[in-house]
Amino acid sequence: MTTTSRWRALTHHQLFWPVAVLILLLLVNVPFTPDFFSVKMTDGHLYGSLVSIVLFGSPLILVAVGMTLVIATGGIDLSVGAVVAITGALTCSYISDQADQGALSGVLLAMGLGLLAAVVCGLWNGFLVARMGIQPIIATLIIMVAGRGVAQFITDGQIITINSEPYKLIGGGYWLTLPFSIFVVAVVVAVTVALTRRTALGLLVESVGGNAEASRLVGIRSSRIKIMVYVFCALCAGIAGLMISSNTSAADGNNAGLWIELDAILAVVIGGTSLLGGRFSIGGTVVGALVIQTLTTTIYTIGVPTQTNLVFKAAVVIVVCLLQSPKFRAKVFGAKFGARFGARGSARPAAAPADPAPPADAAPKMEVS
Amino acid sequence: MAEPRPVLEMAGIVKEFPGVRALSDVDFRLFPGEIHALMGENGAGKSTLIKVLTGVYSLDGGTITLDGESVRFASPLQAQQAGISTVYQEVNLCPNLSVAENIFIGREPTRMGRIQWKRLRQEAARLVDRLGLDIDVTAPLSSYPLAVQQLVAIVRSLGIGDGDGDGEGAGGGPGTKVLILDEPTSSLDRDEVLQLFALMRRLKDEGVAILFVSHFLDQIYEVCDRMTVLRNGTLVSEHLVSDLDQVGLVQLMLGKAMGQLEELHEHQLHSTAGETLLKADGLGRTGSIAPFDLEIDKGEVIGLAGLLGSGRTELARLLFGADHPDSGTVTVDGKQVSLSAPNGAIGAGVAFCSENRKTEGLVPDLTVRENIILALQAARGWTRPVPAAQRDELVAKYIKALDIRPANPEARVGQLSGGNQQKVLLARWLITQPKLLILDEPTRGIDIGAKAEIQKLVVSLSEDGMSVLYIAAELEEVLRLSHTIGVLRDRRLVARITNGPEITTSKILETIASGEHQ
Repeated sequence: MTTTSRWRALTHHQLFWPVAVLILLLLVNVPFTPDFFSVKMTDGHLYGSLVSIVLFGSPLILVAVGMTLVIATGGIDLSVGAVVAITGALTCSYISDQADQGALSGVLLAMGLGLLAAVVCGLWNGFLVARMGIQPIIATLIIMVAGRGVAQFITDGQIITINSEPYKLIGGGYWLTLPFSIFVVAVVVAVTVALTRRTALGLLVESVGGNAEASRLVGIRSSRIKIMVYVFCALCAGIAGLMISSNTSAADGNNAGLWIELDAILAVVIGGTSLLGGRFSIGGTVVGALVIQTLTTTIYTIGVPTQTNLVFKAAVVIVVCLLQSPKFRAKVFGAKFGARFGARGSARPAAAPADPAPPADAAPKMEVS
Repeated sequence: MAEPRPVLEMAGIVKEFPGVRALSDVDFRLFPGEIHALMGENGAGKSTLIKVLTGVYSLDGGTITLDGESVRFASPLQAQQAGISTVYQEVNLCPNLSVAENIFIGREPTRMGRIQWKRLRQEAARLVDRLGLDIDVTAPLSSYPLAVQQLVAIVRSLGIGDGDGDGEGAGGGPGTKVLILDEPTSSLDRDEVLQLFALMRRLKDEGVAILFVSHFLDQIYEVCDRMTVLRNGTLVSEHLVSDLDQVGLVQLMLGKAMGQLEELHEHQLHSTAGETLLKADGLGRTGSIAPFDLEIDKGEVIGLAGLLGSGRTELARLLFGADHPDSGTVTVDGKQVSLSAPNGAIGAGVAFCSENRKTEGLVPDLTVRENIILALQAARGWTRPVPAAQRDELVAKYIKALDIRPANPEARVGQLSGGNQQKVLLARWLITQPKLLILDEPTRGIDIGAKAEIQKLVVSLSEDGMSVLYIAAELEEVLRLSHTIGVLRDRRLVARITNGPEITTSKILETIASGEHQ
């Protein structure tokens, strides 16, 4: 009896399905790469598939964490990929203009500039959504399209390459045997959790996303909350932009962060946050982003031909979404099983089934390879 | 005036929705050349009856006879082709197109696939002329005021019935036999209403049967010949308008005879200090409620009475800043309150529990605890969360005080029963210790026990000095609790009655019906 109830409690936990899918995906790799789970120490650095997944998944985790809050308010931010490009372009072009590219002060200033640009993008998105009442998908489409142009304008249409040791650290360096970007991600996730759960921000965000009219009538200044989450989302995308351009020591206005918004939205949904807004889970999003990154890695390790890997990825994503749908589980695994999850499912009706769209677009990972 | 045979007869109409019987065994008949009012409160079944008739909803039982033939429409289009035209409250036309185009959209006269623009304009002009309207059919619809647009909508619906739009009914279609006007006057001013009535009388003289729905009793008595009263989805009765006065009509709509209503209400009201808490001056909003003055004393319970749709909720929403008023000011404790958003009123100590618990009150996905703490937290801002210990103590206290079940702060509020959800909303505002609590239909749809508890709570709160604005459909409820009763009628605050032994529900009913208080 106790084992049953424990099992029930486990399967009812909001992270159960995302984690189960992640473990399954990791296990799929073992027959193809027998030493998949091994981690080696070389030159004082840890190497291994697991480390790579976290390293290459870092930008996506950052973007997805910011996206979670936006989606929780009932919005969406399509501009994050363009913000990644703008931030990288601005930072790299500033560094490349320096006489001494390795000077720490110059690098810090450049990063500050890049992040400032990201914040401005976020303010613009928030302004359009919260003050002008434009639908989020349209409001953020503006920077999604125009932002790439801005990024290429900054780089004069070239790919700017730099050679800066301090800047290299963020996306490609190591610290305490681990990739430095893992620490950046850890800090951002910790700060986000603290910001949303130690203050009342999380509650107010969930309230605005859960019932906008009720929130207005209870006196929540929802436009402030919305502007705040769009700025935060852009800031996260900005940090991801620094990471990506640092990893390649180059700014590519055209391709940096291309389609990352779709992977991020997917990660949020796999993590159990409903696209309708309301309840959100940062932990779920992190797992969701790792699922996406593991999938990308898996595609390479099991040797899916490159020309068909988008199809493969889309198929897996559809399966993941179906598994998360209480309705689907009830139909396939029987009424008893479905009913057990039904109660939880009704809490977030749109979490899984609402998202058949992104898979087709879930493009290959960025140039981090 | 009634001819022997009705043009339309509906008998034993039944319509069921999951869990609700919207219409049960309703009979309705309509004679040619009459204007017939369909009366009833919101939710009485008027709209459902119209939708069943016009084929928007399918029929679950009963028969419809049009011109002696049994009919059953599968779509509004079929009903139109059979000669039943409907004009709804909102004008469903294209403002950017010309009047003529609007009249003929979807059935333009064509020759070899080409629209004959000239013929279209000529026929539109003829149709408009025939009805005695002075409208330039080539002008864009948007250049005319809403009332004229409404008239154009009627012209269009008549044209559809005509089939070929020649205005004589001789062409493809049988001509309009029945015209349904669903609240066409709600957004019109007095002159515009007269214009509409002139058109209605003209059509009536031509033998068209008009079914008219309006919340304005005076308009019914001005233009209608006969009326059918519905209540809770059942037929109450059919009368000639000349046979039934307004008081009688209101009684039929509410389902209570004067005698029945004169129950004792021996609740001893405590006296108030007479100190003014809130003062509204000329507060109003076009299309919502006419400007009104209102004063609420500290510790006073003021009840609002009136039919559904008379403006009770609208008045409350303006006071709270939930809707933006066009005119007027509100002062609380002598200080003017900003009404651009609810924050101003909340800051001044006004709390508002909406009648729509689900859409305007609760956040269903959040827990009981989160819902209860929400108003207090919103007032503190996101940077200053209510400390967990204090929060849990407050929540536990109010769960206990209001007997919220289950007494589990972690339960999702969407899964609670209606009465308990209402208590959660009350708790949410009581935690903020407001000076004025606005309760819009707090006892609707909840069981009798919870109802009594909430009424008791209102009494004890006001005894402790909190002012309460209490809105309820049941007059006894209002009368039992209120020091002062505000009566609304046709979106106007028509009377303020000081409660006392001589005030009875029938007195209030009279005021609702006549609009005057002696």
